[in-house]
Order: sequence, then C-alpha cells, then structure tokens
Amino acid sequence: MKEFMFIIRGGEDKYSNNSPEEMQQHMEHWQQWMGGLAKSEQLIGGQPLMSEAKTLTEGGKKITDRPLAEGKELVGGYLLIKADSLDHAAQIAKDCPSFEYGCSVEVREISPME
Amino acid sequence: MENRDHIDRTLNHLFRQESGKMVAVLIKIFGTENIELAEDVVQDALVKALETWKYRGMPDNPRAWLYRTAKNKAIDIIRRNKHSSIIDFSDPEKQLLTSGYTLTTTMDTYWQEQHIKDDFLGMMYACCHPDISQENQITFILKALCGFSTKEVARSFLTSEDTISKRLYRTKEYFRKHKIRPVIPTINEINLRTKTVLSAIYLMFNEGYNSTHSDQLIRKDLISQAMFLCRSLLSEKRTQLPEVYALMGLMCFHASRINSRLTEEGRLILLSKQDRTTWDAELIRSGEQYLNKAAFGGELSTYHLEAAIAYQHCCAKQYADTNWTMILEYYELLLKIANDPIVFLNRCLVILELKGPKEAIAALESVKNDKLLEKYYLYHATLGEIYQRLEDNNTATTYYQKAIELTQSKQERQFLKDKIARISN
Repeated sequence: MKEFMFIIRGGEDKYSNNSPEEMQQHMEHWQQWMGGLAKSEQLIGGQPLMSEAKTLTEGGKKITDRPLAEGKELVGGYLLIKADSLDHAAQIAKDCPSFEYGCSVEVREISPME
Repeated sequence: MENRDHIDRTLNHLFRQESGKMVAVLIKIFGTENIELAEDVVQDALVKALETWKYRGMPDNPRAWLYRTAKNKAIDIIRRNKHSSIIDFSDPEKQLLTSGYTLTTTMDTYWQEQHIKDDFLGMMYACCHPDISQENQITFILKALCGFSTKEVARSFLTSEDTISKRLYRTKEYFRKHKIRPVIPTINEINLRTKTVLSAIYLMFNEGYNSTHSDQLIRKDLISQAMFLCRSLLSEKRTQLPEVYALMGLMCFHASRINSRLTEEGRLILLSKQDRTTWDAELIRSGEQYLNKAAFGGELSTYHLEAAIAYQHCCAKQYADTNWTMILEYYELLLKIANDPIVFLNRCLVILELKGPKEAIAALESVKNDKLLEKYYLYHATLGEIYQRLEDNNTATTYYQKAIELTQSKQERQFLKDKIARISN
C-alpha cells in the first residue's frame, strides 16, 4: 500500500458561522468516515490547522503575518492515509465530510523514501 | 456553613456513586496500564468540584458537571500525550483520539450511559480475575470502583495503609503484565466469571456485616457498597443471572436486621433476643422480590438457599414462630452443595432448636475428630450451647472457654464471656 496526503482547502467562512448543532452533526460525520478508515487500517493520522499563520518569502527574509493563500485556497487541514493507488485514494477522498463545507481536497502521493 | 455541609454530603455521596464509573471509563480510554492516571483525573475533578461549588453553589446537575470536568481533563491529557508512548493509541477506536477532527466526538462516545455501565461492569470483572487473590480483588474494588481512600480500605480490613498499597500495587502489576482489559465476559464464560464477582461482593458484605471492628460508618459503607455493586450487575441484561438475584435478596434480608444485631455499646444480640420491630420491612420486601426473580432457570446456588433461610427468619413475627422444619430442610440441601463447617454447625443448632440437645450432639458426633472443625471457635461455642441446654454447666463453660481462645473477634469474645458469667450466676 502507498501513502497519500489529503490537503483540505477552504470552508473557513462556513466553519466559523455554523451553529453548535450543525457543528456536532458535521463532527459526527468526520468520526464515522475516519472511524471506517481506522478500522480498515488505512488511517495514518491528520489534523485540522489553525488559520493564523506566518509566511516566509524571499529566502526567509520577508515574514508576513498571514497564510500564503487565503479564502478558498487556505489550507485548513490534512490527512495521511494508505491506499493502493492514486485512483483508490481519490475514491476514498470522495466521502470526505469537508465537502459539506465547500472545501476542496487535493490528493497527493507521498514520495516513498528510497 | 450549612451550605458547606450540604456540599460535603452531596459530594461524598456523589463520589462514592460515580467515582468508580468515571475511573472505569478513563481506564478504558487510557488503558489498564494507566490506572493511576485515571484515578488522578477523577481526584482532580473532585477537588475542582469542591472548590468551584463552594463559591458558586451547586450546579443543577452535579453528576453531569463532574463527568464533563473529568472528560475535559482527559481531553487535555490526550492532547499532551498524543505523540508519547504513555497511552497506547494503536486500537482503531483510540486512534481517532489522536486527531483534532475526531477527538471530541470520540471522547463523547466513551461517556454515553451504556458505555459507562459496560465499562464499570467490565472493570468489576477485571478486578475479579480468577488469578487475583480474593483479598486483592476486594482491596482493588474498594479503591478503584467504590471511591475508598487507601486509608479507608486499610480501616475496612483492620490493616495498615502500607499493606493496602502493596496489595494495590500487585494488582496493578498483574493488569499491566497480562494486559487485562475491562470487558464483560462472553456468554460462554459469564456464569463462571460471575461466580468470582459474587463471592467478592459477598465477602465485602460480610466484612461489613459480621466484621470484628466497631467502626459503624465503615461497616455500613461496606454493606451499601456491596449492595450497590450487586445492583449494578442487575442493571444489565447480560448479567441478570439467577445467582445474582439470589445474592441480592440474601443481602437485603441480612441488611434489614443490621440495626438490631448490636447493642449501643457494640455487643452482639442473639437472634432470639433481637427487637424485630427494628427490622427494615421495606428491605425485606425488596429481598422477597429479588428472591422471586432468582427462581427462573433450574439453578439452585448456595445464595438461593442462604436467602431462603434468611427469609424464614425475616418473616417469623417472633422467635417462637420460626419455621425450623423448613430451615432444617434448606440446611440439608445446602450441606449437599457446600460442605462447609459453618453450614454444618448451623445445621446442628437448628437440630438443637427442633429436636433437642441429644439429637444435636448425635449430629455433631457424626463427624467426630474432624481436625479442621476442632480448630474452629463456632464448633466449641455450639457444643457449649448444647451442654448448657443439658444443664451440664461445667462442660458448657469449658467449651465456651475453648471457643474464646479460638476467636479473634472482640464482640464474639465478649458475647461468650457474658454467657459464662450468666451460667455461673
């Protein structure tokens, strides 16, 4: 099995504006989806990210107090999983609950250490 | 001041009732290798409750408050330790505790009522693992599941805190080494495993009921905790076994008489002299109901028979009304399934009541020269009782004196000394 990273972008507005009930329901979807991956031993790990950031550019000389990309492009979290192929990984990503919040999910294979 | 007392009382009650459940859930989360961590979280939650409620008053739902506090502390600990090896997150369910996407939702599921109940019962079975000595089982149950402090456990057993700490350590080591997990046994094992749990509960009850120490508070605590554990078993379908109902009934009957057994100075009062109006009618009624429920299935356990005997005593309006014929029948059956010296001697006392001293001596002599029996104080006390009936006071006194030498119990000794004093007057 190969390892993949799901890079989850966007959805920040909706996340900060929903009601506690909506949030709870949404978090239960995460629980179910990730629970399935954990059970089939395909989950490696993953975390949501805070939106405050510092971005270093110009060889580290310039520091700005915000993420490189914002809005729809803002990276909001990541997941590491195991799958047979890029297609298989994309198939898994289709059920990611983040789509409920209008996020995009980019699936990338982790370069094997050789 | 009154408010403070109210909080102390509520907290004390709440702690006894809930701490074991919280510890059980936290052990499920942190693993049996982290029992101290679980106990610390509960202790912290309790201290926080006491401090907060003192200033802001009691919350509407103190139990929910306590659980929420323990849960939040558990979340903090997991956040801090998600990359350390202290907690084993390899189980798929526990892996979800390591991600921010699933931590709180997963944590919530651990604290659902059904899970709390399962974990508590699971811990009871884990504590009563057949390889752990009964002494260590009860020590651990009192500490981890009944909210006793090490000091209180030591007082229950009339031993030092040091001894208790050693026992607790050994049990924890056993859990660690054998990776014991708190689960309710499968249907194939449940009967056998429940027997071990029941005998621990009954021993705990007897420690309170017959115990040799005079600390009334500890005694009542032990009795009510033993009954609480048994009721917990009855709250779950899988563990509603006839034997469990029978033991619950038995404990109700015994407990109904608790206030009539000792004088205010702590001296034993014989059954024939007890004030039957002080017996708790409501407990006797509950006992009857449990005993009725114990009747399903074909099994007749020692608890069934002991309960039936205790019930006969409870429903006799006065001592003279006691149905000794029925009781003797139960003792015959009991002797067939449990060849126990106490049962044997009690049966002789029933024969004494029913048929007189000569028959009683004949019954005793049927097992003459039993070395084990002769070392037992009740054997000599029984013989003393019989010879007293025969008005052979010298022989009776000799047997009572022998019995005094053999018992450790202060109350029993005093009781026997009183008997000798009465004979010689």
